[in-house]
Amino acid sequence: MLKDITLGQYFPGNTLAHRLDPRTKILLVVLYIVALFCATGLVSYGVMALTLAVCVRISKVGFRQLVRGLKPVLFILIFTLVLNLFFTSGEPYLFEWGVLHVSYAGLRNAFFMVLRIMLLIMGTFLMTYTTSPISLTDGLEQLLNWMKKLHVPVHELAMIMSIALRFIPTLIEETDKIMSAQKARGADFESGNLIQKARAMLPILVPLFVSALRRAEELATAMECRCYHGGEGRTKLHVLRYQRRDYIALAGGVVILAVVLVLRQFGI
Amino acid sequence: MNSIIRTDELRFSYTTAEGVAPVVLDGVSLEIEEGSFVAVLGHNGSGKSTLAKTFNAVLLPTDGQVLVEGMDTRDESLLLDIRRTVGMVFQNPDNQIVANVVEEDVAFAPENLGVPTEEIRKRVDDALAAVRMSQFVTHAPHLLSGGQKQRVAIAGVIAMEPACIVLDEATAMLDPIGRQEVLSTIHRLNREKGITVVLITHHMNEAEEADRVIVMNDGRVAMDGTPQAVFSQVERLRDMGLTVPDTVDLLDRLRRDGVDVPLDALTVEACAAAICAALG
Repeated sequence: MLKDITLGQYFPGNTLAHRLDPRTKILLVVLYIVALFCATGLVSYGVMALTLAVCVRISKVGFRQLVRGLKPVLFILIFTLVLNLFFTSGEPYLFEWGVLHVSYAGLRNAFFMVLRIMLLIMGTFLMTYTTSPISLTDGLEQLLNWMKKLHVPVHELAMIMSIALRFIPTLIEETDKIMSAQKARGADFESGNLIQKARAMLPILVPLFVSALRRAEELATAMECRCYHGGEGRTKLHVLRYQRRDYIALAGGVVILAVVLVLRQFGI
Repeated sequence: MNSIIRTDELRFSYTTAEGVAPVVLDGVSLEIEEGSFVAVLGHNGSGKSTLAKTFNAVLLPTDGQVLVEGMDTRDESLLLDIRRTVGMVFQNPDNQIVANVVEEDVAFAPENLGVPTEEIRKRVDDALAAVRMSQFVTHAPHLLSGGQKQRVAIAGVIAMEPACIVLDEATAMLDPIGRQEVLSTIHRLNREKGITVVLITHHMNEAEEADRVIVMNDGRVAMDGTPQAVFSQVERLRDMGLTVPDTVDLLDRLRRDGVDVPLDALTVEACAAAICAALG
């Protein structure tokens, strides 16, 4: 049952969006977010929405999958909507009820804020949908390489991330085994209130942690035996190289940001 | 023949918080010859795994020394060279695979050694071909069987191009098929690539085809010789809490019943031939 959990929300494919360098995709998402926060009017938001639509089309990720990604942030969306709708000051009020009032500006703010968050989430999700966690980690490591000069342990953090990803299926399998073992001895994970359920998890978590620590120790020894000595002097099997398509995509991203900045001057 | 690993009066004891140190290795002097296939046997707590871990400086001798191609394992500046010479495969395949993709995992050691990219590619492909896992290059390791995972782990060690591989109970967690896969792989590597193999095990049958069998007991070398020489000493092995291979067990029982058979017919075929000859 636990094995069905999908991780990283990655949908394998071979479209242009999948083949782009992970670094390009990360940079494009950053550009997209900056552009989103510069957008001021209906026209610029239209450009942003259109850009996303084109990218979705290229990636062949279903629009429904993208919308499903919005579910966890539904609460934040509603919260933003309500807050902007009722608490934006500005005459004339279209509607008034006690302290609550809806102004034209409020209506406008609420609409744009919700649209902005939706586009932001969907844009970021599009990246994780088309990039495997491994290449995302790789891309981040390369992109943040300059931070090594500031003594940020970039390589180590990337290594931690990829080992964590590597061990998730192993630990899920182990959790399954421990749960079966506890159930076989009469453990009950389903009934009772929240606190009782949480307590029932304890006999699972303790052995899981003990075994995870033992695994960590063995893995460390095995890594040392294979000459691991940190990121220094390390080479790579897969070296990331920018292709022509990456430069084109990045140029496209910059152009869109520029368009939004120009539109901002006109306030539309 | 040259010896690749040499231990002189090797002693090892774990340091505990109380200061009481149980002695695990008590004066072990051995020479492992280049290109040989050596099986190290012993029951739990005999010191065989500890001995293996001193071979590539995972553990350092408390007293005495270990030389790997003449390099003292206590010399920290030689650490990478020692580990590149003597590779190690451990018991649990899950806990020694580092990456999410088979090829990335095999590439881990050459990456650490700073091998150029094209050379890594070649080594990865060669190593996977050597363990007959080429068709799994881009697979996720956690979806492989135990025997396949262990073969990937062996490929990960071969990619360092070591002169010697130490397998520390590498077959203990595998099913019979997986065990057979791993054993035939290391025998082939030993034969075709001339890689020295040190196989730590408590399965007697795995030692049958070795060039040399070393039996550890209470931190000392109790027996050392060809499989025939070691396994024919049935009583001594039993005194140390070890079983003998099924073939030797059968021959031993026949002898007790007065049938004149030799004790050193280890393989099933040799055993059958010996019994046929004795029964005329």
